[in-house]
Amino acid sequence: MAAESNISIQGYINHHLSDMTVGTGFWAVNVGAISVSLILGFVFVLSFMFVGRKATTGVPGKFQCFVEMIVEFVATSVRETFHVKDKLIAPIALTIFMWVFLMNLMKLVPVDWLPTVFGAVGLMFTPDAIQYDTTNYSILEKIMAHPWSYLTIAPTTDLNITMGLALGVFLFIVGYSIAYKGVGGFIKELSFTPFNHWALVPFNLVLELVTLIAKPVSLGLRLFGNLYAGEVIFILIALVGLGQLPLHFAWAVFHILVIVLQAFLFMMLTIVYLSMAAEDH
Amino acid sequence: MDINATLLGQTIAFMFFVWFSLKYVWPPLNNAIEERQKKISDGLAASERATKDLESARAQADEELKAAKIQAAELIDQAKKRAGKLVEEETQRGHAEREKIIASGYAEVEAERTRVREELRKQVAILAIAGAEKIIEREIDAQKQSDIVEKLVAEL
Repeated sequence: MAAESNISIQGYINHHLSDMTVGTGFWAVNVGAISVSLILGFVFVLSFMFVGRKATTGVPGKFQCFVEMIVEFVATSVRETFHVKDKLIAPIALTIFMWVFLMNLMKLVPVDWLPTVFGAVGLMFTPDAIQYDTTNYSILEKIMAHPWSYLTIAPTTDLNITMGLALGVFLFIVGYSIAYKGVGGFIKELSFTPFNHWALVPFNLVLELVTLIAKPVSLGLRLFGNLYAGEVIFILIALVGLGQLPLHFAWAVFHILVIVLQAFLFMMLTIVYLSMAAEDH
Repeated sequence: MDINATLLGQTIAFMFFVWFSLKYVWPPLNNAIEERQKKISDGLAASERATKDLESARAQADEELKAAKIQAAELIDQAKKRAGKLVEEETQRGHAEREKIIASGYAEVEAERTRVREELRKQVAILAIAGAEKIIEREIDAQKQSDIVEKLVAEL
Protein backbone atom coordinates (compact mmCIF):
# COMPACT_ATOMS: atom_id res chain seq x y z
CA MET A 1 0.00 0.00 0.00
CA ALA A 2 2.99 2.19 0.52
CA ALA A 3 4.06 2.00 -3.06
CA GLU A 4 1.58 4.60 -4.24
CA SER A 5 3.10 7.72 -5.66
CA ASN A 6 1.68 10.35 -3.35
CA ILE A 7 2.40 8.56 -0.07
CA SER A 8 6.01 8.11 0.97
CA ILE A 9 7.16 5.33 3.28
CA GLN A 10 7.86 7.92 5.92
CA GLY A 11 4.40 9.39 5.45
CA TYR A 12 2.82 5.95 5.72
CA ILE A 13 4.59 5.21 9.00
CA ASN A 14 3.75 8.63 10.40
CA HIS A 15 0.17 8.17 9.34
CA HIS A 16 -0.10 4.98 11.35
CA LEU A 17 1.70 6.29 14.37
CA SER A 18 -0.42 9.41 14.78
CA ASP A 19 -3.98 9.52 15.95
CA MET A 20 -6.94 11.58 14.86
CA THR A 21 -6.97 14.51 17.27
CA VAL A 22 -9.65 16.98 18.23
CA GLY A 23 -8.65 20.24 19.89
CA THR A 24 -5.30 21.94 20.12
CA GLY A 25 -2.34 22.09 22.47
CA PHE A 26 -2.67 20.24 25.73
CA TRP A 27 -6.44 20.06 25.48
CA ALA A 28 -6.32 18.03 22.32
CA VAL A 29 -7.89 14.57 22.59
CA ASN A 30 -6.71 11.52 20.67
CA VAL A 31 -10.15 10.43 19.54
CA GLY A 32 -9.19 6.98 18.26
CA ALA A 33 -7.27 5.88 21.31
CA ILE A 34 -9.65 7.22 23.92
CA SER A 35 -12.83 6.04 22.22
CA VAL A 36 -11.56 2.52 21.54
CA SER A 37 -10.25 2.44 25.09
CA LEU A 38 -13.64 3.49 26.48
CA ILE A 39 -15.50 1.03 24.27
CA LEU A 40 -13.25 -1.82 25.44
CA GLY A 41 -13.64 -0.74 29.05
CA PHE A 42 -17.39 -0.90 28.71
CA VAL A 43 -17.18 -4.22 26.91
CA PHE A 44 -15.25 -5.54 29.88
CA VAL A 45 -17.41 -4.16 32.72
CA LEU A 46 -20.75 -4.78 31.05
CA SER A 47 -20.00 -8.34 29.94
CA PHE A 48 -18.59 -9.21 33.36
CA MET A 49 -21.50 -7.53 35.10
CA PHE A 50 -23.91 -9.47 32.90
CA VAL A 51 -22.20 -12.73 33.81
CA GLY A 52 -22.10 -11.75 37.47
CA ARG A 53 -25.79 -10.96 37.49
CA LYS A 54 -26.72 -14.29 35.92
CA ALA A 55 -24.03 -16.23 37.75
CA THR A 56 -25.26 -19.50 39.14
CA THR A 57 -23.58 -21.36 41.93
CA GLY A 58 -24.47 -24.60 40.20
CA VAL A 59 -22.97 -25.79 36.96
CA PRO A 60 -21.72 -22.67 35.15
CA GLY A 61 -22.02 -22.01 31.42
CA LYS A 62 -18.95 -21.77 29.24
CA PHE A 63 -18.70 -17.99 29.26
CA GLN A 64 -19.26 -17.91 33.00
CA CYS A 65 -16.50 -20.49 33.36
CA PHE A 66 -14.18 -18.32 31.32
CA VAL A 67 -15.00 -15.20 33.32
CA GLU A 68 -14.67 -17.07 36.60
CA MET A 69 -11.32 -18.42 35.49
CA ILE A 70 -10.07 -14.87 35.02
CA VAL A 71 -11.60 -13.71 38.30
CA GLU A 72 -10.08 -16.68 40.10
CA PHE A 73 -6.71 -16.00 38.48
CA VAL A 74 -6.78 -12.36 39.56
CA ALA A 75 -8.01 -13.29 43.04
CA THR A 76 -5.14 -15.76 43.43
CA SER A 77 -2.58 -13.19 42.29
CA VAL A 78 -3.98 -10.66 44.75
CA ARG A 79 -4.09 -13.17 47.61
CA GLU A 80 -0.50 -14.21 47.09
CA THR A 81 0.88 -10.68 46.98
CA PHE A 82 -1.42 -8.40 48.90
CA HIS A 83 -1.64 -9.60 52.49
CA VAL A 84 -3.75 -6.85 54.02
CA LYS A 85 -7.49 -7.40 53.82
CA ASP A 86 -8.87 -4.91 51.33
CA LYS A 87 -11.88 -5.08 49.06
CA LEU A 88 -10.78 -2.47 46.54
CA ILE A 89 -7.54 -4.10 45.44
CA ALA A 90 -9.11 -7.04 43.60
CA PRO A 91 -11.43 -4.92 41.43
CA ILE A 92 -8.49 -2.64 40.61
CA ALA A 93 -6.39 -5.62 39.57
CA LEU A 94 -9.22 -7.18 37.56
CA THR A 95 -9.99 -3.90 35.78
CA ILE A 96 -6.36 -3.33 34.89
CA PHE A 97 -5.80 -6.87 33.68
CA MET A 98 -8.91 -7.12 31.54
CA TRP A 99 -8.79 -3.59 30.20
CA VAL A 100 -5.11 -3.64 29.30
CA PHE A 101 -5.52 -7.10 27.82
CA LEU A 102 -8.41 -6.01 25.59
CA MET A 103 -6.58 -2.83 24.54
CA ASN A 104 -3.46 -4.85 23.73
CA LEU A 105 -5.60 -7.34 21.84
CA MET A 106 -6.59 -4.61 19.37
CA LYS A 107 -3.05 -4.78 18.05
CA LEU A 108 -3.81 -8.09 16.38
CA VAL A 109 -6.17 -6.31 13.99
CA PRO A 110 -4.10 -5.73 10.84
CA VAL A 111 -2.85 -2.14 10.83
CA ASP A 112 -4.54 -1.01 7.60
CA TRP A 113 -8.02 -2.43 8.05
CA LEU A 114 -9.84 0.00 10.25
CA PRO A 115 -8.02 3.18 9.07
CA THR A 116 -9.17 2.33 5.55
CA VAL A 117 -12.74 1.74 6.69
CA PHE A 118 -12.88 4.92 8.76
CA GLY A 119 -11.20 6.93 6.00
CA ALA A 120 -13.70 5.65 3.44
CA VAL A 121 -16.62 6.47 5.73
CA GLY A 122 -15.12 9.91 6.38
CA LEU A 123 -14.63 10.53 2.68
CA MET A 124 -18.24 9.60 2.11
CA PHE A 125 -19.73 11.96 4.70
CA THR A 126 -17.26 14.87 4.94
CA PRO A 127 -15.19 14.94 1.74
CA ASP A 128 -14.19 18.53 2.50
CA ALA A 129 -12.31 17.61 5.66
CA ILE A 130 -9.13 16.79 3.69
CA GLN A 131 -6.88 19.71 4.37
CA TYR A 132 -4.59 19.60 1.36
CA ASP A 133 -4.88 19.34 -2.39
CA THR A 134 -5.72 15.81 -3.50
CA THR A 135 -6.81 16.45 -7.07
CA ASN A 136 -4.50 13.88 -8.65
CA TYR A 137 -4.77 11.32 -5.80
CA SER A 138 -6.15 7.84 -6.33
CA ILE A 139 -9.25 6.91 -4.34
CA LEU A 140 -7.21 4.91 -1.81
CA GLU A 141 -4.85 7.83 -1.32
CA LYS A 142 -7.81 10.11 -0.82
CA ILE A 143 -9.17 7.77 1.79
CA MET A 144 -5.85 7.75 3.58
CA ALA A 145 -5.58 11.52 3.35
CA HIS A 146 -8.87 11.94 5.18
CA PRO A 147 -8.39 12.82 8.86
CA TRP A 148 -10.77 10.07 10.00
CA SER A 149 -8.37 7.45 8.66
CA TYR A 150 -5.93 8.48 11.36
CA LEU A 151 -8.06 6.82 14.03
CA THR A 152 -5.82 4.59 16.11
CA ILE A 153 -7.43 1.38 17.26
CA ALA A 154 -4.67 0.06 19.49
CA PRO A 155 -4.95 2.36 22.52
CA THR A 156 -1.93 1.04 24.38
CA THR A 157 0.37 2.20 21.62
CA ASP A 158 -0.57 5.72 22.70
CA LEU A 159 1.59 7.09 25.51
CA ASN A 160 -1.36 9.08 26.84
CA ILE A 161 -3.37 5.94 27.47
CA THR A 162 -0.64 4.03 29.26
CA MET A 163 0.44 7.06 31.28
CA GLY A 164 -3.19 7.78 32.08
CA LEU A 165 -3.51 4.29 33.56
CA ALA A 166 -0.21 4.78 35.39
CA LEU A 167 -1.46 8.08 36.78
CA GLY A 168 -4.53 6.27 38.08
CA VAL A 169 -2.29 3.69 39.74
CA PHE A 170 -0.18 6.53 41.19
CA LEU A 171 -3.27 8.10 42.73
CA PHE A 172 -4.17 4.73 44.23
CA ILE A 173 -0.63 4.37 45.63
CA VAL A 174 -0.90 7.74 47.35
CA GLY A 175 -4.44 6.96 48.48
CA TYR A 176 -3.47 3.58 49.95
CA SER A 177 -0.43 5.09 51.69
CA ILE A 178 -2.59 7.72 53.33
CA ALA A 179 -5.44 5.32 54.10
CA TYR A 180 -3.19 2.77 55.81
CA LYS A 181 -0.56 5.01 57.41
CA GLY A 182 -2.28 8.36 57.70
CA VAL A 183 -0.95 11.60 56.20
CA GLY A 184 1.64 11.89 58.97
CA GLY A 185 2.77 8.31 58.55
CA PHE A 186 3.10 8.78 54.81
CA ILE A 187 5.19 11.95 55.19
CA LYS A 188 7.26 10.30 57.89
CA GLU A 189 7.95 7.35 55.64
CA LEU A 190 9.02 9.70 52.85
CA SER A 191 11.29 11.69 55.18
CA PHE A 192 12.91 9.05 57.40
CA THR A 193 13.59 6.16 55.08
CA PRO A 194 16.03 4.84 54.16
CA PHE A 195 18.23 6.90 56.59
CA ASN A 196 16.60 7.44 59.95
CA HIS A 197 18.32 10.72 60.92
CA TRP A 198 16.88 14.24 60.93
CA ALA A 199 19.86 15.70 59.11
CA LEU A 200 19.24 13.43 56.16
CA VAL A 201 15.56 14.34 55.76
CA PRO A 202 16.04 16.36 52.53
CA PHE A 203 18.14 13.59 51.03
CA ASN A 204 15.56 10.99 52.03
CA LEU A 205 12.78 13.10 50.59
CA VAL A 206 14.47 13.39 47.22
CA LEU A 207 15.23 9.66 47.18
CA GLU A 208 11.74 8.58 48.22
CA LEU A 209 9.96 10.99 45.90
CA VAL A 210 11.99 9.73 42.97
CA THR A 211 11.10 6.17 43.97
CA LEU A 212 7.46 7.11 44.28
CA ILE A 213 7.34 8.85 40.90
CA ALA A 214 9.42 6.17 39.22
CA LYS A 215 6.80 3.51 39.96
CA PRO A 216 3.98 4.84 37.76
CA VAL A 217 6.37 6.22 35.16
CA SER A 218 8.04 2.84 34.72
CA LEU A 219 4.63 1.15 34.64
CA GLY A 220 3.33 3.39 31.88
CA LEU A 221 6.53 3.46 29.87
CA ARG A 222 6.97 -0.30 30.02
CA LEU A 223 3.55 -0.96 28.57
CA PHE A 224 3.86 1.80 26.02
CA GLY A 225 7.38 0.79 24.98
CA ASN A 226 6.53 -2.85 24.44
CA LEU A 227 3.38 -2.22 22.50
CA TYR A 228 4.64 0.76 20.51
CA ALA A 229 7.69 -1.19 19.41
CA GLY A 230 5.47 -4.08 18.39
CA GLU A 231 3.25 -1.70 16.46
CA VAL A 232 6.22 -0.22 14.60
CA ILE A 233 7.29 -3.72 13.60
CA PHE A 234 3.75 -4.44 12.38
CA ILE A 235 3.84 -1.27 10.27
CA LEU A 236 7.26 -2.10 8.87
CA ILE A 237 6.06 -5.59 8.03
CA ALA A 238 3.04 -4.06 6.28
CA LEU A 239 5.47 -2.19 4.01
CA VAL A 240 7.04 -5.23 2.35
CA GLY A 241 4.19 -6.14 0.01
CA LEU A 242 2.86 -9.68 -0.30
CA GLY A 243 5.76 -11.07 1.71
CA GLN A 244 4.13 -9.50 4.75
CA LEU A 245 1.62 -12.32 5.11
CA PRO A 246 3.88 -14.99 6.71
CA LEU A 247 5.84 -12.30 8.54
CA HIS A 248 2.71 -10.70 9.86
CA PHE A 249 1.41 -14.07 10.98
CA ALA A 250 4.63 -14.95 12.78
CA TRP A 251 4.84 -11.56 14.52
CA ALA A 252 1.16 -11.70 15.49
CA VAL A 253 1.61 -15.14 17.03
CA PHE A 254 4.59 -13.90 18.98
CA HIS A 255 2.60 -10.86 20.00
CA ILE A 256 -0.11 -12.97 21.64
CA LEU A 257 2.51 -13.68 24.29
CA VAL A 258 3.40 -9.99 24.66
CA ILE A 259 -0.25 -8.99 24.93
CA VAL A 260 -1.04 -11.31 27.82
CA LEU A 261 2.33 -10.87 29.48
CA GLN A 262 2.17 -7.08 29.51
CA ALA A 263 -1.38 -7.07 30.84
CA PHE A 264 -0.34 -9.49 33.57
CA LEU A 265 2.78 -7.47 34.38
CA PHE A 266 0.85 -4.23 34.66
CA MET A 267 -1.64 -5.89 37.01
CA MET A 268 1.01 -7.67 39.08
CA LEU A 269 3.18 -4.57 39.51
CA THR A 270 0.13 -2.54 40.52
CA ILE A 271 -0.69 -5.11 43.19
CA VAL A 272 2.91 -5.08 44.40
CA TYR A 273 3.08 -1.28 44.53
CA LEU A 274 -0.23 -1.06 46.36
CA SER A 275 0.79 -3.74 48.84
CA MET A 276 4.02 -1.80 49.45
CA ALA A 277 1.91 1.28 50.04
CA ALA A 278 -0.41 -0.55 52.42
CA GLU A 279 2.19 -2.42 54.47
CA ASP A 280 4.87 -1.04 56.72
CA HIS A 281 8.39 -1.67 55.65
CA MET B 1 2.56 12.12 19.77
CA ASP B 2 2.25 14.59 22.59
CA ILE B 3 1.00 14.27 26.10
CA ASN B 4 -2.44 15.82 26.07
CA ALA B 5 -5.89 15.67 27.63
CA THR B 6 -6.28 12.05 26.54
CA LEU B 7 -4.18 11.16 29.57
CA LEU B 8 -6.63 12.81 31.96
CA GLY B 9 -9.57 11.23 30.17
CA GLN B 10 -7.96 7.83 30.49
CA THR B 11 -7.31 8.36 34.20
CA ILE B 12 -10.91 9.40 34.81
CA ALA B 13 -12.16 6.42 32.79
CA PHE B 14 -9.87 4.17 34.79
CA MET B 15 -11.28 5.43 38.07
CA PHE B 16 -14.80 4.99 36.74
CA PHE B 17 -14.18 1.42 35.62
CA VAL B 18 -12.55 0.54 38.92
CA TRP B 19 -15.56 1.92 40.76
CA PHE B 20 -17.86 -0.01 38.44
CA SER B 21 -15.93 -3.22 39.01
CA LEU B 22 -15.97 -2.69 42.75
CA LYS B 23 -19.70 -2.12 42.71
CA TYR B 24 -21.14 -4.43 40.07
CA VAL B 25 -18.51 -6.81 38.71
CA TRP B 26 -16.39 -8.21 41.50
CA PRO B 27 -18.90 -8.96 44.29
CA PRO B 28 -21.39 -11.15 42.36
CA LEU B 29 -18.67 -13.09 40.56
CA ASN B 30 -16.61 -13.61 43.67
CA ASN B 31 -19.69 -14.57 45.67
CA ALA B 32 -20.71 -17.09 43.04
CA ILE B 33 -17.25 -18.63 43.03
CA GLU B 34 -16.97 -18.75 46.80
CA GLU B 35 -20.45 -20.18 47.17
CA ARG B 36 -19.71 -22.85 44.62
CA GLN B 37 -16.45 -23.67 46.38
CA LYS B 38 -18.37 -24.05 49.63
CA LYS B 39 -20.97 -26.20 47.91
CA ILE B 40 -18.31 -28.44 46.43
CA SER B 41 -16.48 -28.82 49.71
CA ASP B 42 -19.76 -29.56 51.48
CA GLY B 43 -20.61 -32.10 48.83
CA LEU B 44 -17.23 -33.77 49.16
CA ALA B 45 -17.58 -33.93 52.93
CA ALA B 46 -21.09 -35.37 52.61
CA SER B 47 -19.93 -38.03 50.17
CA GLU B 48 -17.09 -38.94 52.48
CA ARG B 49 -19.49 -39.24 55.37
CA ALA B 50 -21.82 -41.37 53.25
CA THR B 51 -18.95 -43.67 52.35
CA LYS B 52 -18.09 -44.08 56.01
CA ASP B 53 -21.74 -44.75 56.87
CA LEU B 54 -21.96 -47.32 54.14
CA GLU B 55 -18.85 -49.04 55.39
CA SER B 56 -20.10 -49.21 58.95
CA ALA B 57 -23.49 -50.44 57.77
CA ARG B 58 -21.81 -53.13 55.75
CA ALA B 59 -19.73 -54.19 58.73
CA GLN B 60 -22.83 -54.31 60.90
CA ALA B 61 -24.68 -56.38 58.33
CA ASP B 62 -21.76 -58.77 58.16
CA GLU B 63 -21.76 -59.14 61.92
CA GLU B 64 -25.47 -59.77 62.06
CA LEU B 65 -25.26 -62.29 59.28
CA LYS B 66 -22.52 -64.12 61.15
CA ALA B 67 -24.57 -64.14 64.36
CA ALA B 68 -27.60 -65.42 62.49
CA LYS B 69 -25.55 -68.19 60.94
CA ILE B 70 -24.25 -69.26 64.32
CA GLN B 71 -27.75 -69.24 65.76
CA ALA B 72 -29.09 -71.26 62.85
CA ALA B 73 -26.31 -73.82 63.27
CA GLU B 74 -27.17 -74.08 66.95
CA LEU B 75 -30.84 -74.58 66.19
CA ILE B 76 -30.11 -77.30 63.67
CA ASP B 77 -27.82 -79.01 66.14
CA GLN B 78 -30.46 -78.92 68.85
CA ALA B 79 -33.10 -80.25 66.49
CA LYS B 80 -30.83 -83.07 65.43
CA LYS B 81 -30.12 -84.00 69.04
CA ARG B 82 -33.78 -83.92 69.91
CA ALA B 83 -34.67 -86.06 66.92
CA GLY B 84 -31.99 -88.58 67.89
CA LYS B 85 -33.33 -88.74 71.40
CA LEU B 86 -36.88 -89.21 70.19
CA VAL B 87 -35.90 -92.08 67.91
CA GLU B 88 -33.94 -93.70 70.71
CA GLU B 89 -36.85 -93.42 73.13
CA GLU B 90 -39.34 -94.80 70.65
CA THR B 91 -37.06 -97.70 69.83
CA GLN B 92 -36.65 -98.54 73.46
CA ARG B 93 -40.36 -98.30 74.06
CA GLY B 94 -40.97 -100.58 71.07
CA HIS B 95 -38.49 -103.10 72.37
CA ALA B 96 -40.13 -103.15 75.81
CA GLU B 97 -43.56 -103.61 74.26
CA ARG B 98 -42.32 -106.46 72.18
CA GLU B 99 -40.77 -108.17 75.21
CA LYS B 100 -43.96 -107.66 77.15
CA ILE B 101 -46.10 -109.08 74.37
CA ILE B 102 -43.82 -112.05 73.89
CA ALA B 103 -43.70 -112.72 77.66
CA SER B 104 -47.49 -112.57 77.98
CA GLY B 105 -47.80 -114.95 74.99
CA TYR B 106 -45.44 -117.39 76.62
CA ALA B 107 -47.33 -117.19 79.90
CA GLU B 108 -50.62 -117.81 78.14
CA VAL B 109 -49.28 -120.78 76.27
CA GLU B 110 -47.74 -122.17 79.47
CA ALA B 111 -51.02 -121.76 81.38
CA GLU B 112 -52.95 -123.49 78.59
CA ARG B 113 -50.49 -126.31 78.52
CA THR B 114 -50.67 -126.76 82.29
CA ARG B 115 -54.45 -126.72 82.16
CA VAL B 116 -54.58 -129.25 79.29
CA ARG B 117 -52.06 -131.50 80.99
CA GLU B 118 -54.05 -131.39 84.22
CA GLU B 119 -57.20 -132.25 82.29
CA LEU B 120 -55.41 -135.02 80.49
CA ARG B 121 -54.02 -136.41 83.73
CA LYS B 122 -57.49 -136.35 85.29
CA GLN B 123 -58.94 -138.20 82.26
CA VAL B 124 -56.14 -140.74 82.37
CA ALA B 125 -56.65 -141.21 86.12
CA ILE B 126 -60.34 -141.74 85.61
CA LEU B 127 -59.60 -144.15 82.78
CA ALA B 128 -57.06 -145.98 84.87
CA ILE B 129 -59.42 -146.20 87.78
CA ALA B 130 -62.17 -147.38 85.53
CA GLY B 131 -59.85 -150.01 84.09
CA ALA B 132 -58.65 -151.06 87.50
CA GLU B 133 -62.21 -151.19 88.83
CA LYS B 134 -63.07 -153.55 86.00
CA ILE B 135 -60.11 -155.74 86.85
CA ILE B 136 -60.64 -155.65 90.61
CA GLU B 137 -64.36 -156.14 90.38
CA ARG B 138 -63.47 -159.49 89.20
CA GLU B 139 -60.74 -160.35 91.67
CA ILE B 140 -60.88 -158.49 94.89
CA ASP B 141 -62.28 -155.81 96.95
CA ALA B 142 -61.57 -152.44 95.43
CA GLN B 143 -61.07 -151.09 98.85
CA LYS B 144 -57.93 -153.15 99.57
CA GLN B 145 -56.12 -152.44 96.31
CA SER B 146 -56.92 -148.73 96.08
CA ASP B 147 -53.49 -147.61 97.39
CA ILE B 148 -51.81 -149.42 94.44
CA VAL B 149 -54.14 -147.56 92.00
CA GLU B 150 -53.28 -144.27 93.67
CA LYS B 151 -49.58 -145.00 93.21
CA LEU B 152 -50.16 -145.68 89.49
CA VAL B 153 -52.13 -142.48 89.03
CA ALA B 154 -49.34 -140.49 90.70
CA GLU B 155 -46.80 -142.00 88.36
CA LEU B 156 -48.68 -140.89 85.21
